[in-house]
Amino acid sequence: MTSCPPKLQTLADLRELQHTMATALMSPLTRDDSLRASFKDSAQALIKPRAKLGSFDRLEIYARQYWFRLLDCLYDDYPGLRALLGEKRFHHLSRAYLAAHPSESWTLRNLGRHLEAFIREQPKLTGTKQRIAIDVARFEWAQVLAFDEAALKPLNIDKLLGSDPATLTLKLQPHVSLLALDHAIDDWFIAVRNTTQGSRSEASNARIESRAPSKTKRVPLPKPQKLWLVVHRSGTDIYFKRLDREAWLLLHSLSEGKTLLTAIESALADATFDRDWSAQVREWFQSWAALGWFTH
Amino acid sequence: MNSTPFANLRVGIGLRVPHYRHILEEKPVCDWFEIISENFMVDGGRPLAVLDQILEQYRVVQHGVSMYFGNADPINREHLKKLKRLVKRTNTPWLSDHLCWGSVNGRYSHDLLPIPYTMSVAKHTAQKIRQAQDFLEVPICVENVSSYAEFKQNEMTEWEFLSEVVERADCGILLDVNNIYVSSQNHDFDPFDYLRAVPHHRVGQIHIAGHRRYDDIILDTHDHPVPDPVWALYAEAIQHCGHVSTLLEWDDSIPSFDEVHAEALKANQFIHDHDLVPA
Repeated sequence: MTSCPPKLQTLADLRELQHTMATALMSPLTRDDSLRASFKDSAQALIKPRAKLGSFDRLEIYARQYWFRLLDCLYDDYPGLRALLGEKRFHHLSRAYLAAHPSESWTLRNLGRHLEAFIREQPKLTGTKQRIAIDVARFEWAQVLAFDEAALKPLNIDKLLGSDPATLTLKLQPHVSLLALDHAIDDWFIAVRNTTQGSRSEASNARIESRAPSKTKRVPLPKPQKLWLVVHRSGTDIYFKRLDREAWLLLHSLSEGKTLLTAIESALADATFDRDWSAQVREWFQSWAALGWFTH
Repeated sequence: MNSTPFANLRVGIGLRVPHYRHILEEKPVCDWFEIISENFMVDGGRPLAVLDQILEQYRVVQHGVSMYFGNADPINREHLKKLKRLVKRTNTPWLSDHLCWGSVNGRYSHDLLPIPYTMSVAKHTAQKIRQAQDFLEVPICVENVSSYAEFKQNEMTEWEFLSEVVERADCGILLDVNNIYVSSQNHDFDPFDYLRAVPHHRVGQIHIAGHRRYDDIILDTHDHPVPDPVWALYAEAIQHCGHVSTLLEWDDSIPSFDEVHAEALKANQFIHDHDLVPA
């Protein structure tokens, strides 16, 4: 167990005290949401007991607040994953995830950043639904990005006329995410959203109780289907849009910094000859430019 | 701090998501709004679109929850840069954050954790406030937090620590009278001792709020109207500090805008009563 200096004389002493307290707060709670008994020594080294509450109980208040606040955040940000796994399994996944990935950002907005990777690394936590859970986690993280990532000045495509496609590169807006999924998550998510009760509330500083689970009607699992999806923002609203495989590949290549010519060539490498691809590509670009997806 | 940089904006409320639509559509009269800075320290989307509409109609003051002046870690420069961008957007006359710590070694609690009250920590904390104030080029008020624990390492009272920090940092105080009450109940001290001891000329803003009482602890939940003992502290605070910008915080189980605003406006009665008392 971490020691704690009885007297604070240096900045290192303060850091040690804060490290001791943070270690206790961020360690997983017991099954009944208590601070683990192994932190009794830390509590006694840190906190004054008073008649109403002892050192351990006071430290436990902060530990519970930490866990309930972060669990609430995942609960709000991942309604689809919650519906897919059920409240109990989602809660279990969230606790395991937070134990492995404590917040490393000043904003809770970034809390789910590693969730997709964690689900891949820990298949037991999602069982037979792992592959769907990966798709859902990716889809919901893309929505977090679409909500408040920057919308930079959009590129006027007309001004690119005459540019050499062999050297021309285009960037996508930061709020645009391209997802290649293995399930029809978009339709399923709409069905889930339409049946989920309750909505996000403003977070207050104090959290002493776990949130009661919301009631969600069971929605059939998403069907296996290769899906080429873009999640983006228009105005202040979040949208998701299915794309043709070739369109998705083209955008993906551009997002990786490939030139326009290379992107088109790789996107159409396996294309059939039954479409006028030249007209099709032109139409895509007009649509994407109208949506403001390209930037410098 | 020879003359106060903190104008009296009168009585405002915290800007919260459930009220956005009402405020934007009905444009109700409200002296000012306090925003949580972190909710708007983003690069785009709905938060900034709403903020810009609010700024067209109302005075806004920024209130932060993640500067963590009491952290052993140095101040986060990237965070400060984002904050400064927001300061320029809102033209906030001052900004506030809490006298607390909240992260260590790159891991964040997202809580307002109490600081150990020692002279060396007061000096360290004041230095960080000065750094932030210099960088942001806007006056800072630090808010006393509610707490549920006191460190064994403490060498002074919370109000002595607060006074030491603000004098050394030459900054203002956001005096949260609900937090004083909550902490006084949790740590068995007289809240009026606290009120009397702080440097009143440095109080730039007052927070009022509700809390929730459990068997052996009071939690700062901001989910109730302001209770009478907190109003009593508010009345005492304005006796000492005079007319100071006052703000009601209501963060959970949020009722309608009108209900929250009406609760905040009760402060005017105490201000009125204060004005009737001969100097």
